[in-house]
Amino acid sequence: MSREKMDFRVGLFVLLGIVALVFLALRAGNLSSFSLAPTYQVKAYFDNMGGLKLRAPVKSSGVVVGRVSAIRFDNQRYQAMAILDIERAYVFPDDTSASILTSGLLGDQYIGLTPGGDDKMLADGAEITYTQSAVVLEELISKFLYSSASQSGPSSSPQP
Amino acid sequence: MMPFSRAIARLGAITQGSIIGLGAFIRLLGTLLARSGIVFRRPGLVSQQVHFLGNHSLLIIAVSGLFVGFVLGLQGYYTLSRYGSEQALGLLVALSLTRELGPVVTALLFAGRAGTSLTAEIGLMRAGEQIAAMEVMAVDPLRRVLVPRFWGGVIAMPVLAAVFSMVGIIGGWIVGVLMIGVDPGIFWAQMQDGVDVIDDVANGVIKSVVFGITVTLIALYAGWTAKPTPEGVSRATTRTVVLGSLAVLGLDFILTALMFGN
Repeated sequence: MSREKMDFRVGLFVLLGIVALVFLALRAGNLSSFSLAPTYQVKAYFDNMGGLKLRAPVKSSGVVVGRVSAIRFDNQRYQAMAILDIERAYVFPDDTSASILTSGLLGDQYIGLTPGGDDKMLADGAEITYTQSAVVLEELISKFLYSSASQSGPSSSPQP
Repeated sequence: MMPFSRAIARLGAITQGSIIGLGAFIRLLGTLLARSGIVFRRPGLVSQQVHFLGNHSLLIIAVSGLFVGFVLGLQGYYTLSRYGSEQALGLLVALSLTRELGPVVTALLFAGRAGTSLTAEIGLMRAGEQIAAMEVMAVDPLRRVLVPRFWGGVIAMPVLAAVFSMVGIIGGWIVGVLMIGVDPGIFWAQMQDGVDVIDDVANGVIKSVVFGITVTLIALYAGWTAKPTPEGVSRATTRTVVLGSLAVLGLDFILTALMFGN
């Protein structure tokens, strides 16, 4: 086999490898969800983050408008703080509320934004004051158990 | 008493021998890296090896990837459908392939398909005294014979692993979406949602590079140190497959613990 023909085949081989990597990154991986759109940052404090992860989506009416870029614990307020990167194309009123929701029964958690009615809009570095923490299933169950126990308590207590 | 002390002496000799072997193995890696300048002066030598090790292994890798993807699709669907989460089939197939099966199975096949041929070639060159002839002509056989083969294997292995993963995902798609009837939109969306480019895809590529270095070096070392007899060459070839496969599986555990353990 001539040298050129062999080099051509080796070139094709390496090209195939690059195509495979691009396929893995774009079609199978999440590279296509990396958005390069300019963003602004908004802070939100929560009593309980639940299982919220970095880069979790920020949705409004079910549409992704941004991502969670940082999660840390604020030692001054004893609350968890999330920094949301919201795309500049979307603006929200100052009294927008943020809540941590779950997609489906076992899905990942995301932050849902519900716009308010204020004329002023959230600016870069602003804070969302109305927040609702993640629903912790165990707390719900224990609340339910306690309330049902207190309701049926007197009647079902063992008689001496 | 005599057989007992002889057994102790034998154990000592085996231990000493394997430590010497490990030292020589690492020294070979250092020598090959130090003499790698020839790669830039005569790139044709490397591309010849990539052609021999890579292009010729492509078919077996692609076919194996396709069947592994088929099986992952069938078995994954069987397990997931018990919990009513067939939608996660794409995620299961893609994660298993990019993180583990792609690099590991490719490395095992590469040891069998390409590693053995490297060992046999170098062992026979030694048996036919071609290596000695090169030394007489003042041609450095390490530089001329081993270095291009080493880099050829190191380049070919990640390419093959990426092709394996891609074909496997397509195989999973064929079984899951075309045959069983999982919703195609959810199949791809779940996959894109759960596969991280850095954590999963890039770590898989790092694994395949490490396996490429390991398998190629083991094959070259076995050929280089083979006894120059037909029996010696056949033993060296066996050693390539056994040691190469064990090294890949052992290293895979360590790499997985380092990359994904938290």
